[in-house]
Amino acid sequence: MQVGLQHYLVISALLFATGLLGVIMRRNLLVMYMSLELMLNAANLALVSFSRYNNNLDGQVLVFFIITVAAAEVAVGLALIVALFRKRQSAHVEDLTSMKL
Amino acid sequence: MGLPDILFYIFAALTLLCGLLVVANPFSRSPVTSAMFLVLTIISLAGLFVLLNAFFLAAVQVIVYAGAVMVLFVFVIMLLDLKEEERRHIKAFGFVTGVVSVGIILSVFLKSIGSTAKLALPAAANASTAGESDTHALGMLLFTKYTLPFEVISVLLLVAMIGVITLSKKDLK
Repeated sequence: MQVGLQHYLVISALLFATGLLGVIMRRNLLVMYMSLELMLNAANLALVSFSRYNNNLDGQVLVFFIITVAAAEVAVGLALIVALFRKRQSAHVEDLTSMKL
Repeated sequence: MGLPDILFYIFAALTLLCGLLVVANPFSRSPVTSAMFLVLTIISLAGLFVLLNAFFLAAVQVIVYAGAVMVLFVFVIMLLDLKEEERRHIKAFGFVTGVVSVGIILSVFLKSIGSTAKLALPAAANASTAGESDTHALGMLLFTKYTLPFEVISVLLLVAMIGVITLSKKDLK
């Protein structure tokens, strides 16, 4: 069977679902963060496959921007996690229930 | 079934398997294992990008994601001593909520994918398999039509850098 747009979109949807499952199920901040990365990557895959099958490069430019934003987001998020860990000695969401440090 | 199709199935299976092992690894609950499987997921996604003729993005994916971002992740995991995390178990409530919500959103996705038009590969894209022209076109697009977003994103990186430096000060006000 010829691989088409649908195949890539199904892979992308399944990867997104895996990431969402991780964000909801896992309680460790770092693993939740990695699951967020999975979801971003799933969106990237969908954009690249749309860009390929519509013969339009705009999707790839958007993916380029998403990768940049994701890198910035990871840097800021990990700095927040490290700062939080210094205050609370935990990276577990159930230990972080009050907003006041 | 040609070689690209076989490669697609290999990379797709690898992506999904490693993605699942990031989230729920039955053998190890350590974040380091998750990070390593995330690297594998990203690299096999880069393989899928190559199959989609996005050679530049595949390279960026490996260099930026598997290189810079994952090194940052592993560095932070090593910095925080997360020994006690391995003893924690997944709560049944969280598991049920996760499976139900993921099932709902996945059914919406698959339904909409099933109803999308079956696009054939464009003839022009099929003929030109030389990646050089693609990367060239991407660069042209980036510096003509998307110049403003490109500049804005550099400002965003600067802001993120300043934010990280502020956040990692010893006495956070």
